[in-house]
Amino acid sequence: MNGAYIATIGLEVHAQLLTRSKMFCSCAATYGEPENRHTCPVCLGLPGALPVPNRTAVEMAIRVGLAAGGRIARRTKFDRKNYFYPDLPKGYQISQFDMPLCEGGEIEIRGESGAKKVGIIRIHLEEDAGKSLHDDPDGTLVDLNRCGVPLIEIVSAPDMSSPAEAYAYLTEVRRLVRWLGICDGNLEEGSLRCDANVSVTREGAPLGIPIEVKNLNSFHGVERALTYEIKRQTEALQAGETVSRQTCLWDPERGITRVMRTKEQAHDYRYFPEPDLIELEVEPDWVEQIRARLPELPWERRLRFAEMPGMRPVDADLLTSESEIADYFEDVLSATGNDVSRSIRWVTGEALRWRKELGRGERFPVSASATGSLAQLESQGKASGIAAKTIYEEMAHTGRDDPAAIMKEKGLEQVSDEGELAAVLRQIIEDNPKESERYRSGEKKLQAFFIGQVMKATKGKADPKLVGKLLHKILEIG
Amino acid sequence: MNEKAGRELTLSRRAELLQSGELDLAGLAEDGLKQAQDKSDLNAFITLLPERARQDVERVKRSLKNGQAGPLAGTVLAVKDNIALEGEPLTCASRILDGYISPYTATALQRLIDAGVVIIGKANMDEFAMGSSNENSAYGPVRNPHDPERVPGGSSGGSAAAVAAGIVTAALGSDTGGSVRQPAALCGVIGLKPTYGRVSRYGLVAFGSSLDQIGVLAGSCDETARVFQVMAGEDPLDNTTSPTPVPDCVATLNRGARGLKIGIPEEYGGEGLHPVIERAISEVAELLTDRGAEVKPCSLPHTEWTIPTYYIISSAECSSNLARYDGVRYGLRLQADDSVAKTFLSATQNGGQECPPHQSTITPGDTVRQTRQSGFGPEVRRRIMLGTYVLSSGYYDAYYLKAQKARRLIREDFVNVFREFDLLLTPTAPTTAFRLGEKIDDPLSMYLSDVFTASANLAGIPTISCPWGKDDSGLPIGVQLMADDFREDLLLAVAAVIEAAR
Repeated sequence: MNGAYIATIGLEVHAQLLTRSKMFCSCAATYGEPENRHTCPVCLGLPGALPVPNRTAVEMAIRVGLAAGGRIARRTKFDRKNYFYPDLPKGYQISQFDMPLCEGGEIEIRGESGAKKVGIIRIHLEEDAGKSLHDDPDGTLVDLNRCGVPLIEIVSAPDMSSPAEAYAYLTEVRRLVRWLGICDGNLEEGSLRCDANVSVTREGAPLGIPIEVKNLNSFHGVERALTYEIKRQTEALQAGETVSRQTCLWDPERGITRVMRTKEQAHDYRYFPEPDLIELEVEPDWVEQIRARLPELPWERRLRFAEMPGMRPVDADLLTSESEIADYFEDVLSATGNDVSRSIRWVTGEALRWRKELGRGERFPVSASATGSLAQLESQGKASGIAAKTIYEEMAHTGRDDPAAIMKEKGLEQVSDEGELAAVLRQIIEDNPKESERYRSGEKKLQAFFIGQVMKATKGKADPKLVGKLLHKILEIG
Repeated sequence: MNEKAGRELTLSRRAELLQSGELDLAGLAEDGLKQAQDKSDLNAFITLLPERARQDVERVKRSLKNGQAGPLAGTVLAVKDNIALEGEPLTCASRILDGYISPYTATALQRLIDAGVVIIGKANMDEFAMGSSNENSAYGPVRNPHDPERVPGGSSGGSAAAVAAGIVTAALGSDTGGSVRQPAALCGVIGLKPTYGRVSRYGLVAFGSSLDQIGVLAGSCDETARVFQVMAGEDPLDNTTSPTPVPDCVATLNRGARGLKIGIPEEYGGEGLHPVIERAISEVAELLTDRGAEVKPCSLPHTEWTIPTYYIISSAECSSNLARYDGVRYGLRLQADDSVAKTFLSATQNGGQECPPHQSTITPGDTVRQTRQSGFGPEVRRRIMLGTYVLSSGYYDAYYLKAQKARRLIREDFVNVFREFDLLLTPTAPTTAFRLGEKIDDPLSMYLSDVFTASANLAGIPTISCPWGKDDSGLPIGVQLMADDFREDLLLAVAAVIEAAR
């Protein structure tokens, strides 16, 4: 009876859709505006107001469903989820209960033990609630700008068995929704939210009671909370206690989960069909049009990249982590005439580094064609690696896209003139007799020392390969 | 011409006289307002809008002068106080909406305003349109103009009384289970409930969203048809409105009854029905036969399920629709005090963790509870409880789901019968106007007032009540015509036949 305890995890991910207007009214779905600016009778739940569904939101949800390989419902409907809360103006949330827009599908993750498919149970549409602001001394304030913003809820199957897998799954979901351009995927700001259901049981025994953990508002939080909760449940079971159904809240500051609702306090949401909205007929033609417009999906692209000669799996992962990076890489690749290795090196190196330091969001500060031309200057031996990096930095800061011109202006052309380099080298050999002697007597690693000295003397313009050859010639052959 | 005589004309004739200057719109509206004040004992209005009426008059007069008068120039209108009018109070006859001013106008009402109506006030009603006697109003009961000791019916009692008393020429009501037709019958006026989806509900405060329709009450079929014609049609703001084109119901108002097959459902009679009403049905059947219609019995076999089905579905929807009245954003708010908090302490622990920590034990939930306890009247509370119950997990299948199935059967009854018949003829209400207080303590008997009307809401079909004769006490009797979806034209034409024979 001492079998190992195993965890079973399922995630419910809410993603705010990047529509211009809200789910059921024409208010702007934008953020960072003064409180209650984007409101109207519909999203304020004023007496007599009625919802009208946002077609773009439905389309975005269908895109995710298709990308995950799910079945899009021919007919779907909305339902009311009833509960009282001050930031829920109608006293109910319009959601989908028994006829979700999408069912089935799966998302492949890179778990600890390689690739693994996590099933998707359903994807449905709903509206967001407002925001309660609890820090005002006079009481709770409510901001309804967010109220009515479209959300999709992606419910996974309980297919994950470790916090690391949950982390990997969430990473994949985030990449997918960003890839499809339907959500900006920001966990910290709440545009992507995650609740977990986790249960622990002895290996081979039936599934345990799932505990819902809420408030996982960072990737790190998901991992930490699940680790904590699995440990807590395991210890409880080891101590012979039973785990009862409950909803917990993750407290990131104290690093613990707290009970929010016990089974007895569970809400009865009294779901029933939303009578203000007619059943939604999803035309198969429309779904096919949406399917046809789907971009190449991240895993498809990763596979294609991975087949390129010289592409390591880790490079393929990084290059397909965002569609913007993948697009950029492909543009650099074509600008270098399909020099895969060099393109990988430039994109994963300088391009991503300077995007992070200087770019605005997904934008790269240097165009792909300029990066490609620079890579070619390097491959043709016109610019040394060091010089090329200097040129890249200049382009990143100025936005210029003419690396050859910068190279000339700054005098960064690589010195490949044998006579010129030999003269410099001879001087260095003369100035460093000890090292020269050691090299002659077989200490070949001193080659790096001489190349470094030549680079220093030529301000990085020397062709290091040529210097190595000359060194060999002068000191060994004489 | 004096205003009273003017009001009694058909709308088309009134419009002509307004255009020629023989009748003065300002006088018509002022007289309406004066009548409302003189007859304030009826309590037909919650809010009178003299200022707004004057502005409407000026606007319509300008359009008359420019020769651009809308089709409803000359209609003096009362609006049931559950229909939103920008800048004016919207009470639904409930304390819970104390102080609430609507920032927008209902689509249907806006169409009427654009067509030239003059609005003189917001009419009294049963709270949130729940009731059949207009006794469930936070603003006091409405009295029947035919006998002030009797009810006007409900829930559009103020609208019906205002038309019957000659204060307005037409009124808007809302009909969820008979709330336009039953008061129309009890007050002796025309009451039309359009097909579900024919008139936009945007701006009509929801009671039972899948049943509610804005309807028209008026003294004549002509005015009813004209008001309906303007309101009807698809609205992008109401997802449940139908794109089916609206036929010209005014043009066909004189088509008569010739050639129509009219059924009298066997199930719409029996014990509760007053003999005087039964006689009225026979007389109307005879009249319509005489005018060339073929009248014969028919059957709607699932009729007995109407009342339970209706009360389950309407209450379920109302329990959700009325959840928004929580005192957080508008209307009445009663701040919970500690005593209240203690009373509900056990309840507040449910989900208490979600609430912010306060110095006291009071949570926002307590304020919501306190507000709703005091803000809603007893009938509304009863329906919210009933509706909450039938949607609860464990009871949903037995009540709500079963009611949905029964509703489909009731609808199928009508679909089947309209394969053979053009119209159905039934009583509107089982009795004529009853006494104030007579049924208020017996909800079940009150609910049976809807026995002939609620089926049309469940089925979504259009129906009209028109007056036919009076009982021994001189109280009006109403007969109801029902038609297939979107056949308001037939209802109005046959009602006009009945009207002409009165």
